[in-house]
Amino acid sequence: MNKTWDNRAWWLVLPVFLMVAFNALIPLMTVVNYSIQESFAANEFFWAGARWFRELLNNPDFHASLGRQIIFTAVVLLIQVPLGLGIALCMPRKGAWVSVCLVLMALPLLVPWNVVGSMWNIMALPDIGLLGWGLNALGIDYNYTRQPGAAWFTVVLMDVWHWTSLVALLCYAGLVSIPDAYYQAAKIDGARPWAVFRFIQLPKLKHVLTIAILLRFMDSFMIYTEVIVLTGGGPGSTTKFLSIDLVQKALGGFDLGPAAAFSIVYFLIILFASWLFYTLMMREEAK
Amino acid sequence: MKKRYIVLTLYIVFLMLPIYWLLNMSFKTTNEILGGFSAFPREFTLDSYKTIFTDPSWYGAYINSITYVAINTVISIIVALPAAYAFSRYRFLGDKHLFFWLLTNRMAPPAVFVLPFVNLYYAVELFDTPWAVALAHTLFNIPLAVWILEGFMSGVPKELDETAFVDGYSFPRFFIKIFLPTISAGIGVAAFFCFMFSWVEMLLAKNLTSVAAKPIVAAMTKTASTSGYELGLLAAAGVLTLIPGAVVVYFVRNYIAKGFALGRV
Repeated sequence: MNKTWDNRAWWLVLPVFLMVAFNALIPLMTVVNYSIQESFAANEFFWAGARWFRELLNNPDFHASLGRQIIFTAVVLLIQVPLGLGIALCMPRKGAWVSVCLVLMALPLLVPWNVVGSMWNIMALPDIGLLGWGLNALGIDYNYTRQPGAAWFTVVLMDVWHWTSLVALLCYAGLVSIPDAYYQAAKIDGARPWAVFRFIQLPKLKHVLTIAILLRFMDSFMIYTEVIVLTGGGPGSTTKFLSIDLVQKALGGFDLGPAAAFSIVYFLIILFASWLFYTLMMREEAK
Repeated sequence: MKKRYIVLTLYIVFLMLPIYWLLNMSFKTTNEILGGFSAFPREFTLDSYKTIFTDPSWYGAYINSITYVAINTVISIIVALPAAYAFSRYRFLGDKHLFFWLLTNRMAPPAVFVLPFVNLYYAVELFDTPWAVALAHTLFNIPLAVWILEGFMSGVPKELDETAFVDGYSFPRFFIKIFLPTISAGIGVAAFFCFMFSWVEMLLAKNLTSVAAKPIVAAMTKTASTSGYELGLLAAAGVLTLIPGAVVVYFVRNYIAKGFALGRV
């Protein structure tokens, strides 16, 4: 659509601008402000310059949380994106079952995140939970409160349960928007299912897949509630991801400076990765 | 053909299992839960639900949650509508930067904002009211609503606006009488997403309230941490949090597929 140049449109955007500015700029300024100062008692601040940033970037605990976070996000994306795409391809396009499938698949997305944690906590209890009891009955020694491997398995499985449907629904929305003519043309050419997928469906899904990967990247990188309820970051600190680490620092202690520096580095990482990915995908699309 | 439906069925069974398990637990007595594994309740009881519906600290928490979710959805949509219209119809100074800046707020980890939010809402004396949570959640819901609505509005041809103006409609009258009904599906989808992300969020909701406006998600974590033995109660509260989501998803079921494409495919 060709848009008209008109600066009066700012009046329409102004309410959004003011509200988001109130919510985003003031807190962000607070954080920046804290990140370069040292706080004593409640209200005394001293200039600390880049000290908190230097300390943070040399802190092995931060490296460990960041490493865990990157591995978690990578694992989750590698499972959810192909699985979600596969599920979307399996879904019927027409008929009464479409609504049933959509409603059932959307359900996990509407469960409050702490309930997701509680749900899997109850599910995975080794003695009385379906998953925990089942695995132990199969002869697998499983206890997510004590074994790091089991904790990771449970956290990843929980995230797959929670979010794969988002990828599937996005892909499904992309698939139903492909006109029938494309499939008919493919049929006339005698294209095999793989060719249909590779040359018709996948290119058409590029846009929704970009949205799906971006959303999943951002949200898995900020995961907090589900994990804190399920494992509390444990056993030890084996499932302590970035947000858990940050909330412990920010609300647990009174070290405002280091927590604020952490916040800024954390936000910048997400911002940079999202921007990089988005730019690369869009450049690819423009070709 | 058949293989597809087996995969799909398996996936949906996998989705339903934890929900079934939660339901199962919520109908058991505490003794039975701790007594050992059982796939369905042997002594069926509604005690956990009775506790929740008679104890004000429980059902009050539900009301608090629904209050701030409703306020948040209404504010987000009302504010996002004109902005989305501006983005879909006009080019203006800094429009692309503004749009990207809005989206960056969707990327901000709530963990980063917890502490400054608590300070901010203390300062404006909204701490521990539903308004604090509702306003805090607009941080990520307004950008999302603008994004979704802009997609839907771009699908409406500009001729609609032009014809209406030729017919002598003023802008506000055109917007309310003609434009809004045209994109009602988009508004439904955007409201669904605002509802969803406000309803499921816990970190901000919990930390911006203490007693008076305590949301259900905070009430539940308390049960979970103080006594690990009230699993039945926790499960029942969990089941009840699924209901608003299920109701909303049922109403928008025909728009879900389109809405997830954010109107832009």
